[in-house]
Amino acid sequence: MSLATIPLCFEINGTTVAIDVSPVERLSAVLRDELGLTGTKVGCDAGDCGACSVIVDDEVVCACLMSAASVEGASVRTVEGLANGSLSALQQSFLRHGAAQCGICTPGLLVTATALLEKNPAPSEAEVQDALGGVLCRCTGYRKIVRAVTNANGPTALDTALIPSRAAVGASPIRLDGERKVTGAEIFGADERPKDALSVLVVRSPHWHAAFEIGDTEAFVRAHPGVLAVFTAADIPGRNRFGVIPPFADQPALAEHRARFRGEAVALIAGERAAIEDLDPADFPIVWKELPHALSPDEAKILPPLHEGRNGNLLTQGYVECGDPEAALANAHATVSGAVETSYVEHAYIEPEAGFAAMEGDTLIIKACTQAPYMDRDDTAAVLGLPPEKVRIVPLATGGGFGSKLDISLQPLIGLVALKTGRPAALVYTRGDSMRSTTKRHPAAMKATISADAEGRITGMVFEGDFNTGAYASWGPTVANRVPVHASGPYVTLNYRAVGRAIHTNGPISGAFRGFGVPQATIMQETLYDRLAEKLGLDRLEFRILNALTNGQKTTCGQLLTSGVGIRQCLEELRPQWRRALDTAARLNATAGKTRRGVGVASCWYGCGNTSLPNPSTIRLGITPSGRVVLHQGAVDIGQGSNTVVTQICADALGLPLSTFTLLGGDTGITPDAGKTSASRQTFVSGKAAELAGRQLREKILRFANVSEAAEIAIEGQHLLVSEGEVRRSIALSSLPLDADGYAFAAEATYDPPTEALDEKGQGKPYAVYGYGAQLVELEVDVTLGTVKLLKFTAAHDVGRAVNPLLAEGQIEGGIAQGIGLALMEEYIPGHTENLHDYLIPTIGDVPEIETILVEVPDPEGPFGVKGLGEHVLIPTAPAILNAIRHATGAEITKVPATPARVLEAIQAVEKAL
Amino acid sequence: MYTNEFRAHTNDKRRRDGERAGKRGMAIRYAKPTDLEEALRLLGEARWTILAGGTDFYPALGSAPLRDDVLDINGLAALKGVSETENHIVIGARATWTELLRHPLPPAFDALKLAAREVGSIQIQNSGTVAGNLCNASPAADGVPPLLILDAEVEIRSAREKRILPLKDFILGNRKTALGPGEMVTAVRIPRQAASGTSGFVKLGARRYLVISIAMAAARVVVAEGKVAEAAISVGSCSAVAQRLVGLEERLKGEPPQACSGIVATYNFPELSPIDDVRGTASYRLQAAREIVARASLQATGGDAEGGLAA
Repeated sequence: MSLATIPLCFEINGTTVAIDVSPVERLSAVLRDELGLTGTKVGCDAGDCGACSVIVDDEVVCACLMSAASVEGASVRTVEGLANGSLSALQQSFLRHGAAQCGICTPGLLVTATALLEKNPAPSEAEVQDALGGVLCRCTGYRKIVRAVTNANGPTALDTALIPSRAAVGASPIRLDGERKVTGAEIFGADERPKDALSVLVVRSPHWHAAFEIGDTEAFVRAHPGVLAVFTAADIPGRNRFGVIPPFADQPALAEHRARFRGEAVALIAGERAAIEDLDPADFPIVWKELPHALSPDEAKILPPLHEGRNGNLLTQGYVECGDPEAALANAHATVSGAVETSYVEHAYIEPEAGFAAMEGDTLIIKACTQAPYMDRDDTAAVLGLPPEKVRIVPLATGGGFGSKLDISLQPLIGLVALKTGRPAALVYTRGDSMRSTTKRHPAAMKATISADAEGRITGMVFEGDFNTGAYASWGPTVANRVPVHASGPYVTLNYRAVGRAIHTNGPISGAFRGFGVPQATIMQETLYDRLAEKLGLDRLEFRILNALTNGQKTTCGQLLTSGVGIRQCLEELRPQWRRALDTAARLNATAGKTRRGVGVASCWYGCGNTSLPNPSTIRLGITPSGRVVLHQGAVDIGQGSNTVVTQICADALGLPLSTFTLLGGDTGITPDAGKTSASRQTFVSGKAAELAGRQLREKILRFANVSEAAEIAIEGQHLLVSEGEVRRSIALSSLPLDADGYAFAAEATYDPPTEALDEKGQGKPYAVYGYGAQLVELEVDVTLGTVKLLKFTAAHDVGRAVNPLLAEGQIEGGIAQGIGLALMEEYIPGHTENLHDYLIPTIGDVPEIETILVEVPDPEGPFGVKGLGEHVLIPTAPAILNAIRHATGAEITKVPATPARVLEAIQAVEKAL
Repeated sequence: MYTNEFRAHTNDKRRRDGERAGKRGMAIRYAKPTDLEEALRLLGEARWTILAGGTDFYPALGSAPLRDDVLDINGLAALKGVSETENHIVIGARATWTELLRHPLPPAFDALKLAAREVGSIQIQNSGTVAGNLCNASPAADGVPPLLILDAEVEIRSAREKRILPLKDFILGNRKTALGPGEMVTAVRIPRQAASGTSGFVKLGARRYLVISIAMAAARVVVAEGKVAEAAISVGSCSAVAQRLVGLEERLKGEPPQACSGIVATYNFPELSPIDDVRGTASYRLQAAREIVARASLQATGGDAEGGLAA
């Protein structure tokens, strides 16, 4: 069995501790499990992510790679030890600069940067990058982290308390949930575990496609002391089919006799923690029989359907058509055609899925990381045969989501164990399990033709894309439908046809990932735009400006855009940098050398919220007798900032300062449904609900005080002060009758964006609000190695109204970083890259300077004019990079990521053609 | 996973063979001797997995339960640090990459130091050992090419004997070393006569930090009277074990340094046998190897090529 323990004595954050522990226990486990210091995070258990960085005797190490025995007598410092009564200068600097988004990597970064600053108090940017190169962050794009470290001793941040009433929107206070992210106090999925919780081990398929028979599980349980039970599909009390889009629900929580992808869950083993940790899954009695499989849509189209009724393994397809595209292409002055392939992309949030389930009376409580509490509740309840109100989802902090944590993962599994055993059940996915079993970005195989007239106006476009949706539906239908709606880009395209197909394979399930297929389609369209501009002899930026949608024009869906179209402004904002960058490139490229300079540009547009489907948000707030405004803020903050932004909107609508607010999270037991954190909808949709609720509450107060809309309200102690001109009323909150929630005043509002269904030609009004943007990149290609060095991005995004400019910049920088990954390095190959050293995401040295230009063309539908931003920001990055590579070298990249090998091959193809 | 761990026996193979299961139910032994002779005696008695810096031990273990007896050598003071003897520069088996970086060494070691800075991250460099990098025997081990050009030798001890193997004879293949039962590496040593000249190192990867190389090259050159008197060149990640390019070294001898690039350009690299993998194709690796060998050589001869990572 396990190793005998040894007495261990060391110093932790200045205090000596003595414990008995296995000498080879990872230091990360000692800190978290033995000492309860969960500020140190575990992202990979392999030294690949740096989240567990701690300082041991003045040197920073990965705690997951250090044995307990190695810290005997040593001094260990963790994030919990950085604040000494008050936050350290570096912690404050992280808050001030917005360097923490989801916060899962923040402790590792803070600890590593602290070690740097102790040796070098004034590091250069390059020194910061060298020091922090071993800590991965998936949210921020690193730029704010670099600034936070190089300016660690700058002035203090904007104090929330100093922001007056009605001035929250447009200000950049430190995020309301910021402090606990920099102290290590934030509780993520793996950070809370009831003492008596059982551990759960998930038995997963090692095969692409296989039938299986489970053997004698009772004998297995008997042979393993401490193991309590094995659960299989036969134990599932409800409907063993879940899915984010109910009509397509097709995924079993535990597979029934047949597993359709590598990593699919087939059984659960529940037991005491030590017993489960000592299990080798290979000992589980199961016999596999491999079945024919397909990993690409082309192979899958000719195999029997993975799901009954989905012939040709076609899950669904989306279609948009307007005008007469064939005639337009035939009569055009110039046309270009091309094909592009993209790869599986892994979300690679630093927090693997984690959480626990427990029974509270007859209610099943699930505390886990998530992007969509109510969807989790309803799907989990259905699988477990419970009424939805008997499942309560309490979201713990989510250490990055980007779309994958919209789908349920461990919720029905731990729920089943808790329900069946009556004991709490905890599960933390390993990095490998997370990568194998959860969703990916759809690999796409696309082709398109675009035409223009002699003046350079787009006359037509046809687009076709096969999207590998993997073994189960997940968000495949959304991708298939979103792509044809967006594949024209934000340009006037009067004759158009686009088809997006979601096709099942035995690959990983493709689901939601920042952009729902639009980033892939935009690579196709924007790279063709560069070729078309060249063919027409037009400047690539001016060509885009000429064709950009403006107010009063129609989209390819026939939707009349009456106002708020800001793409032209975004592109025009790039002009000065564009000209400078082109001049520089021309000058540098005039002399031959091993490196060539390139400049690229690309645009995006993106409809905010669900495509032609309802997606309401409800926001409730109330004022307590003690004078706090309590906001039931159900829009899950996965790092993007909804806790702060939704509150800023609500505060200004209500007319009370931000500092009077207390937030309650998206707990389905106490907070109404604000929908899922996806589709760039929270600032717009939940923000609008918060605006409506805030206004409603304000009206109630004004009516109570019998004053007009012009009145000002304030809270002083336990009194609400209402003043209008000479009239001043003080309302003693404690003297008022309270509602069921304990509020003296309360309001609740729901907002659902007005959309219209698409007809069979995709004509209708799919979205109420669109956001726009354009990015310019300057880079250098090493033509002998095919490597690409990014030099600078200039990003202009039309956000309607920047509620919180700092957070908006953070979204842009983070989206660009993910776009860099998509363009240059990220390729998930099942069976080969199921870890964070073979699957590469950008490090702090891979994201160059980013200049952000926030364009504000208000949309009348959005609260205070806002538009969504979260997904837009990733869309232009990859095509801009490919366009710059082509500008530098002439090389046309037809498959991303553009790895050095692919870039060099494309460069040599150009040389051969000459 | 970075490559800094002693593994007397490969866990993966034993797991496949079902040997691990045999250990279940039995107590697992752990020993942390403070005396080398004691460690060697224990090694002679049974099979142990050796734990040094931990940067390969834990990734190899993953979430699987520990089934192997563990010999923790972190109590062996004799194996610490970098030292110098009359004939050798000695890198103790417990010396970390950071310790190596902080030790003043002649320019012949610049390649090794450039490589040290590219081993995983600072976190990895602070824990992982140079010797462990060799014992892990990854084709992409960052330490191997720069140690090959220093004619590094591996000092191996068992309770019975001490033997010295040239590095090229120590790593036998992908994850395979010449360590026999009861043996461990106690030091890596560089003969003083190989510590002459100047050196360069180029690692090619698909991102800036924390990256496993697609290819890497190290070069050490001694120039006398305007001619290359001695050349040592190696390439990693382009064959199961990093290789010295003996044919190229011969051709460079006697040539002026500025002729190196031209000679590299026409060399056909018979020593290399790259494969296709997730990081790059075989054909790409060969082309890239030519370029980075030229750059490492240029750097070694005082040209202005940039060393370190070419991401």
